[in-house]
Amino acid sequence: MLPASIREELRAIVGAKNCLDKQEALVAYSYDATPMQQALPDVVVMPKSTTEIQQVMRVAARHHIPIVTRGAGSNLCGGTIPVGGGIVLVLSQMNQIVEIDEQNLTITVQPGVRTVDIHQAVEAIGLFYPPDPGSMVISTIGGNIALNSGGLRGLKYGTTKDYVLGLEAVLPNGEVIRTGGKLMKDVAGYDLTKLLVGSEGTLAIITEAILKLIPKPQTQRVMLAMFADMAQAARSVSDIIANRIIPGTLEFLDQGTIRVVEDFKQIGLPTDVAAILLIGQDGEPQTVDRDMEQIAAICKKNAAVQIKVATTVEEADEVMTARRSALAALSRMRPTTILEDATVPRAAIAPMVAAIQEITERYGLQICTFGHAGDGNLHPTCMTDARNTEEIERVEHAFEEIFAAAIDLGGTITGEHGVGIVKAPYLEWKVGAAGMEIMKGIKHAFDPHNLLNPDKMFAKQSRNRVVVQRA
Amino acid sequence: MLKEALEKKLDYDELSNCMRCGFCQPACPTFRETGYEAASPRGRIALMKAVADGVMEPDKDFVDQMNLCLGCRACEPVCPAGVPYGQLIEQTREAIEEAQEHPWWVKAVRRLAFFHLFPHQKRMYQLGGLLRFYQRSGVQKAVRKLGVLSILPKQMREMEAIIPEASSKGIVDYFGGTVIPAVGERKYRVGMFHGCIMDVLFNETNRNTVRLLSEAGCEVIIAPDQVCCGALHAHSGEREQARHLARKNVAAFHKADVDFIVSNAGGCGAMLLEYDHLLAKDALWQEKAQWFASRVKDISEVLTRLVEPKEWQSLSQRITYQSSCHLRNGMKVTKEPVSLLQAIPGATYVQLREGDRCCGSAGIYNLVQPEMAGSLLDEKMGHVAATQADILVTSNPGCLLQMKAGIHQAGLEGKMEAVHIVDLLARVQQEEKPLSPLE
Repeated sequence: MLPASIREELRAIVGAKNCLDKQEALVAYSYDATPMQQALPDVVVMPKSTTEIQQVMRVAARHHIPIVTRGAGSNLCGGTIPVGGGIVLVLSQMNQIVEIDEQNLTITVQPGVRTVDIHQAVEAIGLFYPPDPGSMVISTIGGNIALNSGGLRGLKYGTTKDYVLGLEAVLPNGEVIRTGGKLMKDVAGYDLTKLLVGSEGTLAIITEAILKLIPKPQTQRVMLAMFADMAQAARSVSDIIANRIIPGTLEFLDQGTIRVVEDFKQIGLPTDVAAILLIGQDGEPQTVDRDMEQIAAICKKNAAVQIKVATTVEEADEVMTARRSALAALSRMRPTTILEDATVPRAAIAPMVAAIQEITERYGLQICTFGHAGDGNLHPTCMTDARNTEEIERVEHAFEEIFAAAIDLGGTITGEHGVGIVKAPYLEWKVGAAGMEIMKGIKHAFDPHNLLNPDKMFAKQSRNRVVVQRA
Repeated sequence: MLKEALEKKLDYDELSNCMRCGFCQPACPTFRETGYEAASPRGRIALMKAVADGVMEPDKDFVDQMNLCLGCRACEPVCPAGVPYGQLIEQTREAIEEAQEHPWWVKAVRRLAFFHLFPHQKRMYQLGGLLRFYQRSGVQKAVRKLGVLSILPKQMREMEAIIPEASSKGIVDYFGGTVIPAVGERKYRVGMFHGCIMDVLFNETNRNTVRLLSEAGCEVIIAPDQVCCGALHAHSGEREQARHLARKNVAAFHKADVDFIVSNAGGCGAMLLEYDHLLAKDALWQEKAQWFASRVKDISEVLTRLVEPKEWQSLSQRITYQSSCHLRNGMKVTKEPVSLLQAIPGATYVQLREGDRCCGSAGIYNLVQPEMAGSLLDEKMGHVAATQADILVTSNPGCLLQMKAGIHQAGLEGKMEAVHIVDLLARVQQEEKPLSPLE
């Protein structure tokens, strides 16, 4: 509980309407989209300007109060749970598009702008902001930057980090820094822009961003390819890339997911196939047509049992339904849905899917896998019930083994969701003890009193690495 | 007290099914208006769960937040996990109602409306007669002239201004019987659900409904023992009374042995469609309720199957459509009304931007939450004006009144009219001959 005098100070900065400590507000900002994570803050503060954020930050620094910055709360790593109480700083009122610069092809935005609003604003004038995280209809750009969000277009167009050119941010001492700019080249000192992207609100509070835009692709087409064998699907993925084709979309569903989707939607998916690839290309019409033909030929060569190329918008919509319904279908099966994002080099997809299946069976769980085949970013999704503590314990062990398997295959514990609370115990597995030390040093340089999003990224204790015995 | 009531009523499994992805938020009118997490479906479910988990006390803020919800259920179709939010908010309101101590006069008004008025159709007609007297005898004119109405709050005055001419007779009286034969070959035997307010304030729409059904080849049974659907009761926390009404309706239409039960009001239809849920724990009625629910259809669904728009008269006007939330989100009927409108020869159909968003009427919401309802309506009328339509079509009486009020407020009177879809279709369909009952 914060002393009344501090709450009074905060209220004086942002106004009573934007400084809430009633029960309702504390509960409403106690969670994000991460299952089984919840903690009440002491106060919810909703600033409207960088200056107000500086003033709030100074109050917090003076009294050593933690600040958890938050947008829509759509992340899946517990990144915005106020585990140590303190202030939840909600930036949703800072939601203005400051400028679209058609000369420099940039857009300048406040952190509370929704990702989908950026898409619509730039696409209306023939421009394109490619990062498209699954939660883009609600997620805000500040959250995307803080967590370096990915999405379906990652393979061809990269992720959020590839589009952030410059940032304005408030440091834990209340000072403002500006990094980068409307510049394609800038080597003046350390690249603080890239450092802040994906820093999960632990280093500074992002208050404005300059993003890179590109011309909007003229057309896009999609197709489905079904395989009786996971290895054939994986080989098709490798062959497409080896043929110098980088598809705009390259998604996959495993058999478990296909069955659940078909059960839920009845869209005529064959439930005996082992994998479905959803492949899309965008660009100049001629190039797209040529690429689609080649891709279809490659899939056929790899024994695809069925190929459906969409020729109309309606057909494209139908083709996309399977992938789009995946999460919906899976989440209806059981009360709790845990969506993970273990990631491997794309050549290792087949062994990774096999490892997940083996682990799932050994622990007697329901885990289905879908995800971004093109960039090796898999979403093993566990359907469980948070109230069943015995089962949840098995789920934890299974995921531990899945992370370990990903690392063994040259992969990582998280491809696009972030570390937050849920991956913190495993971070050392990926970056090593020396990596942890240097990261902690960076954190200390920015935030010596550990005020910004404490308890995230760095766990009190790392997990012991599980040793997986596999035949 | 409220805490115990909530614990008893809330379906904890469904609360747990919310995975907090937040996909409901862009669809929620009150979230979009406020940007405040607690004023979103995800937020409200989190508050319900926090109470059930003992994390918070259900205080006044809690109750206010639950009342701010329009109940439009736009969050349901976009929910990946299929959480039945509408049921959760009704369970919450039922608990609030049970625990709440109203002042004596609120209690009296609620009792009068929910128990002594809406459930008794004869009294509704008597009230309709009184209203008709008020409207026709010159009293209304005098009252308006004397400025007596200024004692009423603004939103009530606006309603007084747009309320249609009431009827003291129901459609059964009008047709002089309860069985209207099909014109031509009989394709279906359908039950007509006439509604309580519909039959008094929108009696003409009901008559047109019977006519359209009959001319489309339906034998229309206006089941004589039917009563109010209970939607207003359920939305206001009187679920027990809603169950009581549901049993009466199930019995009335079961006896009539019909292929479909047709509604022309999205709000009623969505309620009728959920009688199986409402009576799920009632061993005696469960099965019949399922029979009933599986037969409920909106008029637009039945007409889409049966009518031949080629025979319609040409109508060279611009038409736009504001959908009823409960027709869309409750009954899941989205395409049929639009395809009927698009089929009208000569007419130009213009899509209304955000025509799938609540207009703010939401039962009696516009009377109890005037501020939020007002800002939703202002936004809505901006989009409506942009369509430059001559006719604004709706599919529910509440929405129709709200749209009439919106046109009045936005100064669009004379340029645009709000019409129920049934009345518009009746306009383009040439009348064959006056209908008469079988009996």
